[in-house]
Amino acid sequence: MRNRSLLMLTAIAAAGTLTLSACGSRAASGASGSSSASSATTVTIGVDAPLTGPLSALGLGIRNSVDLAIKTANKTNEVPGITFKIEATDDKASPQQGQQNATTLVADSNVVGVVGPLNSGVAVSMQKIFDEANLVEVSPANTNPSLTQGPSWGTGTKVRQFKSYFRTATTDAIQGPFAAQFVYTTLAKKKVFLVDNKLTYGVGLVATFKDEFTKLGGTVAGQDHVTSGASDYSSTVTAIKASGADVVYFGGEYPDGAPLAKQLKAAGYNGPVVGGDGMKDDTFIKLAGTASEGDYATSVGAPVESLDSAKTYIANYKAGGYTDPYAAYGGYSYDSAWSIIEAVKAVAAANNGKLPANPRQAIETAMAQVSFSGVTGQVSFDQYGDATNKQLTVYGVKSGQWATIKTGTFSG
Amino acid sequence: MHELPQNLANGLFLGAMYGLIAVGYTMVYGIIQLINFAHGEIFMTGAFGALAVYSKLGANVSIWLALPLMIVGGVATATLVAVLAERFAYRPLRNAPRLAPLITAIGLSIFLQQLVWGFPGNKSARVFPQLPGGPFHLGSVVFQSADIFVVVAAVLSTLFLAYFVRSTRTGRAMQATAQDPDTAKLMGIDTDKVIVIAFAIGAVFAAIAGISSGLRYGQIEYNMGFLNGLFAFTAAVLGGIGNIYGAMLGGLVLGLAQTLSAAYIQYIPGMSQFGSQDWSGVWAFVILILVLMFRPQGLLGERVADRA
Repeated sequence: MRNRSLLMLTAIAAAGTLTLSACGSRAASGASGSSSASSATTVTIGVDAPLTGPLSALGLGIRNSVDLAIKTANKTNEVPGITFKIEATDDKASPQQGQQNATTLVADSNVVGVVGPLNSGVAVSMQKIFDEANLVEVSPANTNPSLTQGPSWGTGTKVRQFKSYFRTATTDAIQGPFAAQFVYTTLAKKKVFLVDNKLTYGVGLVATFKDEFTKLGGTVAGQDHVTSGASDYSSTVTAIKASGADVVYFGGEYPDGAPLAKQLKAAGYNGPVVGGDGMKDDTFIKLAGTASEGDYATSVGAPVESLDSAKTYIANYKAGGYTDPYAAYGGYSYDSAWSIIEAVKAVAAANNGKLPANPRQAIETAMAQVSFSGVTGQVSFDQYGDATNKQLTVYGVKSGQWATIKTGTFSG
Repeated sequence: MHELPQNLANGLFLGAMYGLIAVGYTMVYGIIQLINFAHGEIFMTGAFGALAVYSKLGANVSIWLALPLMIVGGVATATLVAVLAERFAYRPLRNAPRLAPLITAIGLSIFLQQLVWGFPGNKSARVFPQLPGGPFHLGSVVFQSADIFVVVAAVLSTLFLAYFVRSTRTGRAMQATAQDPDTAKLMGIDTDKVIVIAFAIGAVFAAIAGISSGLRYGQIEYNMGFLNGLFAFTAAVLGGIGNIYGAMLGGLVLGLAQTLSAAYIQYIPGMSQFGSQDWSGVWAFVILILVLMFRPQGLLGERVADRA
């Protein structure tokens, strides 16, 4: 019997150790940035984004777009008497590095505002540092609703978290409702089966989808939760088929969504699988193969190629000679930088054309009034610091590729 | 309850896969009393070995031609890894206290996962080729070509193993080593060779399970061996660790328990919270605990008083 208890103990110990090991490590090195040279009329706009590592494609698009906004403002003499310059820091998608960068940017008194970061997780570690210094931070990419509206946003208790934090990105909070409207109205499917992978993102998506879908008059045929990484979804698939649902809404990321879609279609289920931006990845199509055909995913924001307001931006970006593409968040980054420039302009205008000795507090206050026609449409911020222009896009899998089905703005 | 046949079939397919992996745990344990926690990774390298062969062949080779070669490639990779692991990680610790090789096994498991993860393109899941044909209908039950593959593979492998252990010279040497390694050695049995063969057979079964997993789910990942390995180990204990038929039986019981609990527990009044797929792992372990309470030696295990 001694043997048996050893067996159980080691099983538990091993399970724990292996769970830890299941997380991959991410290696990245190198940093970029430029040092500041102070001048009475030059102010700095900081950038924080992953400039190296797996997410660098997105991060470099952010940096280049801010650079473009600054060059444009300097060329057109947008704020008379004030020249802007960029200081880009690399957070390597790491909250620790992001926090160090925030401290560095705060310490540089020339910095009047920061664009970034890319990751919601990094934003959490930076918000407080910026807030204490009253340094405005505008994120082009953070979609986690709790960054602006607090952890209880889902239950209707919205509390602004940090008065210095703004974003031009649309939050996840309206992805679920937007998808519900699309499924109910555009696809005309009235009976849904809900599946989530028990992670914060997926559970939130499914909950908000369910609320809106039932409000519209749709019925929920059933609900199931899957274990992320479990790959065998046969019991869920059987339940979905038995429920008679004509559409499946999946809250989760593509590594779980793809096998679900695949196993559903293999079992002879014909309805589409609809998911959020976690599913909208080329790997989803690669993994699910032909089974992904006809599935949909929503994503926050709109591809700038589809916007009339972005034509000049795209042309200027190409003319700018940047080696990296503007990527998913370029347009939003340009608008983020421009909102800081607008706020600086407002502060300078109210102070006889010059910035006060420490303009940060004034700029923070001025952000609330910023309103201009930007790359992604009209840019302004609501009482939480969120973009008032809530754009979303539905993508569908057509001949093995994500195609834009519908871009819309959500109100409600 | 009208979905019962489908759920039974689902459980059977899943259980056959668990059983194939569990054989490796049980054979190694039966002979050297080592819980080879790296066995889940042997399963994973088998799947990746098969995929490597498939990528070399190119996409325009028929899958029916490619499949046997993939099996050979997967089996060869997994066996090589297992034999090397035995030679360099476990054999030096043959006479060490029992915890030492166990920790080595955990370390090896992490090492193998990261090794595979480090290959280009393995950071996220890889696409595994699919068998054409299907879905097939048998009454109200729907199943795929890959499901047939796993059941046929499990049956053939078990029959082969039964013949091997009972009727061949090496198989009998294996039984003797399991009963008493020292005496077996005195009788002229090369116990080191027997142990290597036990690792190799476990690896062959795990590789077949890995290929089944790839064929059934269409994707393989560097960490696929973790959960599957853990469940297969549970299956081995459930069936009576050390007993090869017990491993197969334990796998089937576990697969059925998971599928049926996911499908039906939620309909028991007051239990709706504990149904659905996310609780199936919990119910699998509840069954394990119940079985071990009443039959500590497992379903088919023999009471072995002489082992510490």
